[in-house]
Amino acid sequence: MLRVITLCVGLLALLAGPFGVHAQETVKIGVILPFSGQFADTGVQLDNGIKLYMQQHGNTVAGKKIEVIRKDVGGIAPEVAKRLAQELIVRDGADILAGFALTPNALAAAEVSAQAKKFMVVMNAATSSITTKSPYLARTSVTVPQLDETFGSWAAKSGIKTVYTMVSDYGPGLDAETAFQRAFQEGGGKIVGSVRMPVANADFSAFVQRAKDANPEAIFIFVPGGTQPAAIGKALASRGITPQNTKILGGGEITFEDALKSMGDDAIGIITAFHYDYNHASPLNKEFVTAYNKAFGRNPDIYSIGGYDGMHLIYAALQKTGGKADGQDLIDAAKGMMWESPRGPLSVDPETRDIVQTVYIRRVEKVDGRLVNVEFDKVENVKDPLKARMPK
Amino acid sequence: MIAPALGVLFDGFAYGMLLFLLSVGLSVTLGMMNFVNLAHGSFAMLGAYVTVTLMERGWPFFATLPCAFLASAIISVALERTLFRRLYRASDLQQVLLTLGVVFVSVAAAAWLYGTMQQPVRLPAYLRSYATVMGVNFSTYRLFLIAVALAITVLLVAALDYTRFGAQVRASVDNQRMALGLGIDVDSVFAVTFALGSGLAGLGGALAIEIVGLDPNFALTYLIYVLIVVAVGGLGSIRGSLLAAIVLGVSDAAGKYYVPTLGAFLIYLVMVSLLLWRPSGLFGRR
Repeated sequence: MLRVITLCVGLLALLAGPFGVHAQETVKIGVILPFSGQFADTGVQLDNGIKLYMQQHGNTVAGKKIEVIRKDVGGIAPEVAKRLAQELIVRDGADILAGFALTPNALAAAEVSAQAKKFMVVMNAATSSITTKSPYLARTSVTVPQLDETFGSWAAKSGIKTVYTMVSDYGPGLDAETAFQRAFQEGGGKIVGSVRMPVANADFSAFVQRAKDANPEAIFIFVPGGTQPAAIGKALASRGITPQNTKILGGGEITFEDALKSMGDDAIGIITAFHYDYNHASPLNKEFVTAYNKAFGRNPDIYSIGGYDGMHLIYAALQKTGGKADGQDLIDAAKGMMWESPRGPLSVDPETRDIVQTVYIRRVEKVDGRLVNVEFDKVENVKDPLKARMPK
Repeated sequence: MIAPALGVLFDGFAYGMLLFLLSVGLSVTLGMMNFVNLAHGSFAMLGAYVTVTLMERGWPFFATLPCAFLASAIISVALERTLFRRLYRASDLQQVLLTLGVVFVSVAAAAWLYGTMQQPVRLPAYLRSYATVMGVNFSTYRLFLIAVALAITVLLVAALDYTRFGAQVRASVDNQRMALGLGIDVDSVFAVTFALGSGLAGLGGALAIEIVGLDPNFALTYLIYVLIVVAVGGLGSIRGSLLAAIVLGVSDAAGKYYVPTLGAFLIYLVMVSLLLWRPSGLFGRR
């Protein structure tokens, strides 16, 4: 028995040895995303962004090798996300947590990041409060108030007087409703009515009819991506609401590439506010889209750019710290980081560690026979307004 | 208030017809063989993906519909002969586990073959227009959907009531032992009914894409609604499925219009109250 124990201890010592040396040469990034289930497409696109960045920039930064460990959270499952984050840090030795397509998962993992003092980069989840949950957390995607308060002010400035809001009844939807209504009313507009719709709604005609009854000048819509945008687009058209008689203002999700394909010409004229579209006319973006298509056979979307820019932040921060992967060092390096991304100029706010970017106002038009979002206005250097209003 | 409500109720009625097409097969096979086939949603999804694939190759929409029907029918029989058959005498739990496993496999296969994106379908122009009657818009596609569903109902009821095969089906649903004793080959009757039911689900799935969209999770999402229709309508009853589907579609639309804060919850309230009133469904036998 004693011999067995000695053997085991000896083996463990042997294993621990190379592990110790190994850990100094590699920086491990634990990526938590929904690769299966309802949000699988989001996870796949975000991961493609990560892969493309690593393809283009190699997998060595400041003398350290970058290793990415991917974990599938399967959907909205904060307990699973928390457990995966813990396992990544404790068992797999991850130095950085990344990914996070969904808010509940990001919030759960942020607790782990705060406790373990590990750098965390949120690459998609859009609820404002996420960055307050861990001092080692930075975000490279967008926040809903950033987009929708800007949209609300823009709508009021552009002369729209009355709006009816329709949002999906879940976190981001309610955030969007509050943000848009607040900014629109501050700008002098009037909200003539609002409705909250079930998240997995199949048939929108009843809700659209209610909107029509209120006879607003414009309708603001916020629904999650997936099946909802095309469904509500068709419901609007079938109830006789077209951009010609009522302005349709939407969260960018409703004019995603696949939603536009499903809606067809009914979508022409829909105005959205968003932070990225693959048609954005900059040379850097054209390169990015070409490379993305070559690697994955489809166009990038906001999830892809969130992943791509997230990896850039990680690489740039590691470059700045000379390869040190300590949570405090990395977050200090990330604060105030500024760079030019395919979506436009970006920076990480040193106070809130959240993303500061340009919000583009776009209209759906037919260009060369295809339906695309054409940017016709923009608001630059938008910080997250919710945190900006919080007492310091 | 009437005219706009009419439009909404019409849409709800069309949605109900869609649910009917998706559910009628499951109702009949559940009633006949008592086999809990949760993979029914997968057959609907299969029909939908067949339509999408064929349309990508340039087939006209109407030509893809019979193919969706046949593809689902054939694959369902193949699965029935190889997998499901072994569990006819097994407990409900085992049947649920097997068929649910088939659902998960089908979802993963769809994601792997087609990707996780939404699949669009471009209908011919005349199906994408609207007929305006008395100031109310009626979408031609929903009119088409209602027409197809009603035609299929008439065909099914006629087949059940006036053909020999229909008589055999009714006998097998009523009392399997007796039917066997009378020399009816219940096995092959069931196989044909199963194929028919799954084929109809495939057709329903193909028709559903325009209304509710298609992605790999279709099989799971619509399984819930199909099960509600089957439970409320009563097992083994076509009339039951039709009535339940209409009630659910219309009450869903009406609820969302008049009491939007209840939202989708109304459909479940209606289901619970109807089941409390008639535990074996509106036209159920057990």
